[in-house]
Amino acid sequence: MPELYPVKIHVNGTTYERRVEPRMHLADFLRHEIDLTGTHIGCEHGVCGACTVLVDGASVRSCLMLAVQTDGRSVDTVEGVAAADGTLNPVQAALSKHHGLQCGFCTPGIIMTITEMRKESGGRQWTEDEVRAALSGNLCRCTGYQGMVDAALEVLTPLNLGRD
Amino acid sequence: MKPVPFDYHVPTSVADAVELLRTLPNARALAGGQSLIPMMNLRAAAPSHLIDLGKIPDLCGVHETASNLRIGAMTTQRSLERSAVVRRHCPLLGEAVDHVGHQQTRNRGTIGGSLCHLDPGAELPVAAAALEMTFTVTGPGGSRTMSFDEFPAGYLTTTLEPDEILTHIDVRKTLPHEGYAFLEFNQRPADFAIVSVAVLLTLDGEQVSQVRVVLGGIDYAPIRLLEAEATLTGNRLDDKAFEAAAAIAAAHPCEGDEVSPPEFRQHLAGVLVRRALRKALERTKVSVNA
Amino acid sequence: MTDNPFQSWMSKSVPRVEDDRLLQGRGKFLDDIRLDRLLMAAFVRSPVAHAILKKINLDAARALPGVRAVFSYNDLRPLLSLDRIPLALPSGAIRFDVDPPALAHEEICYVGEPIAVVIAETRAIAEDAVALVELEFDPLPVVMDPRDGVDKDAPKARLDCPDNLVARHVLKYGNGEAAFAAAAHRVKDCFRLNKGGGHSMEPRGIVARVDDDDLLTVWDSTQMPHRAKAILVNALGLSEEKVRVIAPDVGGGFGPKAVFHPEELVIPAVALKLRTPVKWAEDRFESFTATVQERVQIWDMEAAFDAEGKLLAIRGQLFHDHGAATPYGVALPYNAATNLIGPYALPAYDLEILMCLTNMVPACPTRGAGRPQGTFVMERLLDRAADELGLAREEIRQRNLIPLEQMPYTIPVIMRDGSTMTYDSGDYPECQRRVLEAAGWSEFDKRRDAARRDGRFLGIGLSNYVEGTGRGPFESASIRVGPSGKIMVSSGATAQGQGVKSMLAQISAGVLGMNPKDVHVVDGDTNATVLGLGAFASRQAVTAGNAIYLATRRVAEKARAMAAHMLEASADDLEIADGNIFVKGVPQLKVTLGDVSKALSGMPGYAIPGGMEPGLEAAVDFQPGPLTYTNGSHVAEVEVDPDTGAVKITRYVVVHDCGRMINPMMVEGQVLGGVVHGIGATLLEWMRYDDQGQPATVTYADYLLPTCDVVPRIEIHHMESPTPLNPLGVKGAAESGTIGAPAVIVSAIEDALRPLKIRIRDLPVTPARLRALIAAAQGKGAAP
Ligand code: FES
Ligand code: FES
Repeated sequence: MPELYPVKIHVNGTTYERRVEPRMHLADFLRHEIDLTGTHIGCEHGVCGACTVLVDGASVRSCLMLAVQTDGRSVDTVEGVAAADGTLNPVQAALSKHHGLQCGFCTPGIIMTITEMRKESGGRQWTEDEVRAALSGNLCRCTGYQGMVDAALEVLTPLNLGRD
Repeated sequence: MKPVPFDYHVPTSVADAVELLRTLPNARALAGGQSLIPMMNLRAAAPSHLIDLGKIPDLCGVHETASNLRIGAMTTQRSLERSAVVRRHCPLLGEAVDHVGHQQTRNRGTIGGSLCHLDPGAELPVAAAALEMTFTVTGPGGSRTMSFDEFPAGYLTTTLEPDEILTHIDVRKTLPHEGYAFLEFNQRPADFAIVSVAVLLTLDGEQVSQVRVVLGGIDYAPIRLLEAEATLTGNRLDDKAFEAAAAIAAAHPCEGDEVSPPEFRQHLAGVLVRRALRKALERTKVSVNA
Repeated sequence: MTDNPFQSWMSKSVPRVEDDRLLQGRGKFLDDIRLDRLLMAAFVRSPVAHAILKKINLDAARALPGVRAVFSYNDLRPLLSLDRIPLALPSGAIRFDVDPPALAHEEICYVGEPIAVVIAETRAIAEDAVALVELEFDPLPVVMDPRDGVDKDAPKARLDCPDNLVARHVLKYGNGEAAFAAAAHRVKDCFRLNKGGGHSMEPRGIVARVDDDDLLTVWDSTQMPHRAKAILVNALGLSEEKVRVIAPDVGGGFGPKAVFHPEELVIPAVALKLRTPVKWAEDRFESFTATVQERVQIWDMEAAFDAEGKLLAIRGQLFHDHGAATPYGVALPYNAATNLIGPYALPAYDLEILMCLTNMVPACPTRGAGRPQGTFVMERLLDRAADELGLAREEIRQRNLIPLEQMPYTIPVIMRDGSTMTYDSGDYPECQRRVLEAAGWSEFDKRRDAARRDGRFLGIGLSNYVEGTGRGPFESASIRVGPSGKIMVSSGATAQGQGVKSMLAQISAGVLGMNPKDVHVVDGDTNATVLGLGAFASRQAVTAGNAIYLATRRVAEKARAMAAHMLEASADDLEIADGNIFVKGVPQLKVTLGDVSKALSGMPGYAIPGGMEPGLEAAVDFQPGPLTYTNGSHVAEVEVDPDTGAVKITRYVVVHDCGRMINPMMVEGQVLGGVVHGIGATLLEWMRYDDQGQPATVTYADYLLPTCDVVPRIEIHHMESPTPLNPLGVKGAAESGTIGAPAVIVSAIEDALRPLKIRIRDLPVTPARLRALIAAAQGKGAAP
């Protein structure tokens, strides 16, 4: 058996120290080592986007990153998005308003992708085609995407970008 | 599925990484992991030791010299996509990167990883072939350079020795009057290409003085269409020339599958070569006029 | 009740009660369940499509550290009361039932079929052990094509069956022979539709736990927990009170999770044996091979028309791939065959349905469940006939649509429940008229011609369809008002993301004049309701919706009667709102629902006031009777690149009629998701096998699902033709979007290439296939 490897990973502002098998990917670490089960696994081969989290602020497939590779880094997951009292942030509220989720399985990945889009948008208005291209790495089987596109367009208007 | 068990190593220098690759059995270098880890999750790849290149300084970034760009092998596709230097001096590479995967994979995926994985549908090897990139690799005996032509060895295989690492890539700056185009065809924009084409074009007056035409998705590695290049060179780029080049592209022997059989890929190769030449030609005019 | 407060919630796009938790990552999906001492399972699966299993060596797997147990069929059989999983649905057409075994032995019949299960401390170790299992087998010839498979010289897909023709049925009414003899026009064609899947983003999964008091609790990512329980009770030989099945948050169903799969029996059996909780969370690679799929059908068809383009008769043969077992009866080809008729008057129909066993995963419902295929065939035949007769496509449809004055419209076909097929309500010609108007159909020629001048090829298509929804026999729902005033609703309905909780909460909150947020709903738990069926056939708004509506009305009436007694007023003068019952116009004269509930819960030794029955609760098992038919019309515009075969959908318009809508936002969500599933089946999704039955597409890099950037914005317009068949007047909406999509997209593609006169017969329409058709047409001298 390969040795366990010590890691120290900062998730949603909390530091977790664990010893993990090198083969454990970040999604399994989040889900099974520190019980943050909001990050979902839909394919484990990097296509569905259900496992999308931010590592050092950039969106990644957490099924395609090993937990040991995130040693010393900071990870943001869906659990850290709403306010501590459970008040939804604008991305979450817009998804509900526009019916951008049904079963909710893809939703955490969608939220993290839109979160990155907001951070990087530099205050500009996105077109629908741009939003669709940026969301194309997140598969959803329920919604037909329209609600989440509308939600993203709403939170990506210059007016709404500052709000959080 | 979960990968088979393996040991993990994080060297902090190229020399250490090479030493690990040399001494450990069944060891593999890990760059961005966007091709290797899915294969490991599928148990289609099963290294016993994974050598993570992520903590080696100096393997990242785009450095500009007078005539060249030197690109670290661990530079992410996302930083290439956003690099103003790449857009200005190597626009063909920029256009190719725009077709690579999704931002979640471009944030991790590296240029070196993509080149070494050498997927037949991948965009960056096609751009590398057209731009005649030079690869610098380091092994136990030191460093050596090779041209792209010397790089592919077979399906998903390069001529790198198992204990060698690609450290950086040199690419000459594209000149302002050079025309370029990268085009691909697929069913969804972010997928690997079914067929892709890269063209670089220099005119002397109305005549082609230099042209590179490279096809991806036709064979295990990018194919430089020397015959088409020869046919075009010294001639005007008119419809007849486009057709001649397209016919050569479409005649190239080709592999295929049930969704995209050989004859379809060959046909696409012809269509895309014609379109890419036309686009590159327009761009020579834009830069000349600009 | 003229001033029924119910009105204030009906047909409103109320936000869903499910969203808050899901948006914060607080959903509890199957793989999120954590229990003490939980062990993980991985399956040894068949690597070949057909073989005799000679030997299985589990020694190395058993010896691996971290492995707790390994079970093959022989180890499992003593735990089961039956040799096969008892799944058969009764059907006269079935010549022999092929129930699947829990674990294959002797003969293996498709790639992915479970053969053994490893139980280990982690999933990774369980997979390590699976890799150590040695199988020895003698390969057998495979059956991959349902038409070749019913040939008398075909090899057998299963040696334990007499032949491959597992069922045969003739659907026949009217005098087709006379009609064909007298027809002015006939069109004939053959269509082949390929395999695709449900592909819920959450794969399947099971957790099973046995308590000290022998209660078996099973968390199952299923659409039908009550049916799963019934099968477990039967196959494990347990009594009902010892089994509880819970569907936790389910990350999408789309059909496959309605079917009971072998793993759903194996994991509980193993947990009973080991007396340790066991989890199996399917991974995507397993899901591609071992989860049921459908849609492979070959149709050889002919249609007869009179000189005016009126349909006289349709006849032909349907070859249906049944896969390697029959866990869901003959529902798919029946749906396909009956849905072919659609909203059109078809005087005579003669279809021979041949259902063929093959060496592929069993064919079971995927969104649409056979209906998209039937609709595709009918709409293709109509387009052919329109061309033949020189009629516009909308005109030939207009001439054949069932007019409003003939509704309800009866077709002499006997349904599964014994009723005669009857379209209950809907205005089909008006639906088509509205979609043509909304899409600007009559001005399309101008757009096409303008684009054509720029070298772009635009096309437009039209399709009409119906969908029988709300399948019975019943669904349960109950409501209880506690002394605290809290409302609790439970139902046998089961949610996979449709918003079942919101739907039930909205209806009962409406009747009681409350906010849906204040209604607590429990669904998908066999302990919450004794009887229940769950999610299939777009049924839950019809069945559970009406059940909770009737139950809540009973509670409201009782509350009013009791309050009348408490307030010394007449029940007719009382109104319910916001948890209060008050005298109309005198809101201070009130009691709360909690007060009423308290009074009805009784005091030791005292009589219940007013001589009423105790308790403020009601339960209704609503039996919907025959199917209620949703209908719709779709128009799509596409742009085709004839050089590459690329198709881009540039516009998509739906007019949809599912009767009265409870929550229009949720209805639209269903239609949108359905249309996009249909787009996938038409252009992208193609589960491929090689000629030895080896699946060729087992990742999402090879099996292409529609992504955000390849689907258009979809415009939805509603009509509301309430059904007379249920009190709410509602019909189902969950599959209808999928049904119309393949037909409309293909019609638009053919239209874009009209000068080439190409005929699309096979789905999906990949660029290579379309290019081949274009090349063949160009070879004949036509130019686009
Ligand atoms: S689970 Fe990581 S992309 Fe699908
Ligand atoms: S909401 Fe179900 S997969 Fe997106």
